[in-house]
Amino acid sequence: MITFLQNYGGQLLLKTWQHLYISAFSLFLGVIVAVPIGILLTRAKPIANTVMAIASMLQTIPAMALLALMIPFFGIGAIPAIVALFIYSLLPILRNTYLGMKDVEPALIDAAKGMGLTNWQSIIKVEVPMAAPVIMAGIRLSATYVIAWAALASYIGAGGLGDFIFNGLNLYRTDLILGGSIPVIILALIVDWLLGKLEAAVTPKTTQS
Amino acid sequence: MFLTMEHLNKTYPGGKVAVEDFNLEIEKGEFVCFIGTSGSGKTTTMRMINRMLSQTSGTIKLNGEDISQIDPVKLRRQIGYVIQNIGLMPHMTIRDNITLVPRLLKWSQDKMNERAKEMIKLVELPEDYLDRYPSQLSGGQQQRIGVVRALAANQDLVLMDEPFGALDPITREALQDLVKDLQERLGKTFVFVTHDMDEALKLSTRIVVMDGGDIIQVDTPDGILRHPANEFVENLIGKDRLIQARPSITTVGQVMLKNPIATTPGKSLTVALRQMHDKRVDSLLVTDEAGILKGVIGIEDVDYNFNSATSVGDIMKRDIFYVQSSSLIRDTVERILKRGLKNIPVVDENHRLVGIVTRATLVDIVYDALWGDEDEDEASNNIHHGEDDAPAEGGEQ
Ligand SMILES: Nc1ncnc2c1ncn2[C@@H]1O[C@H](COP(=O)(O)OP(=O)(O)O)[C@@H](O)[C@H]1O
Ligand SMILES: [Mg+2]
Repeated sequence: MITFLQNYGGQLLLKTWQHLYISAFSLFLGVIVAVPIGILLTRAKPIANTVMAIASMLQTIPAMALLALMIPFFGIGAIPAIVALFIYSLLPILRNTYLGMKDVEPALIDAAKGMGLTNWQSIIKVEVPMAAPVIMAGIRLSATYVIAWAALASYIGAGGLGDFIFNGLNLYRTDLILGGSIPVIILALIVDWLLGKLEAAVTPKTTQS
Repeated sequence: MFLTMEHLNKTYPGGKVAVEDFNLEIEKGEFVCFIGTSGSGKTTTMRMINRMLSQTSGTIKLNGEDISQIDPVKLRRQIGYVIQNIGLMPHMTIRDNITLVPRLLKWSQDKMNERAKEMIKLVELPEDYLDRYPSQLSGGQQQRIGVVRALAANQDLVLMDEPFGALDPITREALQDLVKDLQERLGKTFVFVTHDMDEALKLSTRIVVMDGGDIIQVDTPDGILRHPANEFVENLIGKDRLIQARPSITTVGQVMLKNPIATTPGKSLTVALRQMHDKRVDSLLVTDEAGILKGVIGIEDVDYNFNSATSVGDIMKRDIFYVQSSSLIRDTVERILKRGLKNIPVVDENHRLVGIVTRATLVDIVYDALWGDEDEDEASNNIHHGEDDAPAEGGEQ
């Protein structure tokens, strides 16, 4: 362990940073695309099922295949990896946003509309705050997926902790395999914990502190 | 006219006709209840008023202005709206809930704070509740907030759809008092959907009875009780309530015995005494030739004065208690019962004697009103008929 850190400490930091960067970027894209679409779908229910079906289908493409598919379009490196992971992050966020919004008590939306809130005001002031915990749960789930699958991104030259794991597999070096996978697990746990904090923060208060 | 609905029709997509040729005019300050069985179109009609639904045809005018020409969001901000499920925003404090519409209307923070305090005072809740969240209030308190929230932006018209249906009876009654008070004191106009006839009778200035998308009857609570338009309305009111309402809608003339036994002032005491004997009564009402009630003589007066007086007019009591045939039982029963009189003469508007009411008849009415008539069968054998028959057989006139 000590020797591993002595030998690879610098690299470990770099790879962890790459890993985090790829994951965070994909997740960020996933959030800014999937949340608005999920919200819009509640205003266009007839097409909601179709959109959801497409997102589910994307989710079923094997991760390796999706990454490989990126190469003809984006070459190799971080960008194709980010695009592929972004596609993976979409479904959980999209589904939770849509369901969370759809599950807001209709009486509340009716009351909001009846009092004279515009559609937009109803979304911003009522529906999104009420759906926030569910949306956040979707984002947390996506974050965990993305961090785990980002390890595969090394396969198309995106770097990240996957480099250790693949090297270890090629060289039959357990220390490299563990040195790559343990940080991935720790990273996933920390990010999940942080997003959990964020989830609590965005969950609207319904009682006095 | 404050609110006018003309030839309103609503057919839902799929062909369900929910409202058919609905016509109604509502004046400012009225409290109008829509009542009817479930599915009769009450909610549909109400929701067309704030454009939560659009009518298939017909027009609605608010203050003379066709509401289809008003921006729906603007329209809704000037109409209060309260629904059964309360609809308070759980993630907003009571203050923010109350000032929701004022905030949309961009009131200043000071004005909103002031209004929030005013409103919480109106419903008699402590001011520090303003910083609580809805979940920290009881259901009744929440709906109080729901009611004043609908008034916070000075809305003149408030729509309420079965707002108190989910509350326990005591809380419900307190809230009914609150809205009635707001209507009477602040001059707000209410359109109120209910399926509870007691609620409608208590609150309304006018009741609109609906069935299958049609208006069956529009009338005051008294009018509905007095003249239910048909059997449907009668059933909606219920037999018990009709009986209970009897004293307030029945006139003395409807329950009096006609053809009372009477004599005239010119008759001799001998003739009067014979009449009492023949009819087996102990007193006679006295009228003039035109039938105008003049007084009464009792058998004891005849007995005492038989040798000194000659005619009925000499000894009759002129100062007697009587009631108008057009007056309501409700308004007279107490006076009659308090005096302990057995029979009371009834006169028409020209003071002509037209009948008598017996104490026994009143007892029946009071009994029914207080106890209903579920147990009429047993009770009537013991009490009712026994007394009912008394004046007819023996009488004491
Ligand atoms: N969105 C809708 N689509 C189709 N039919 C409806 C809809 N809403 C109500 N209805 C029908 O219209 C009729 C009147 O409904 P409603 O106005 O809600 O009655 P009420 O409030 O008197 O119970 C009912 O038969 C109901 O089933
Ligand atoms: Mg209804």
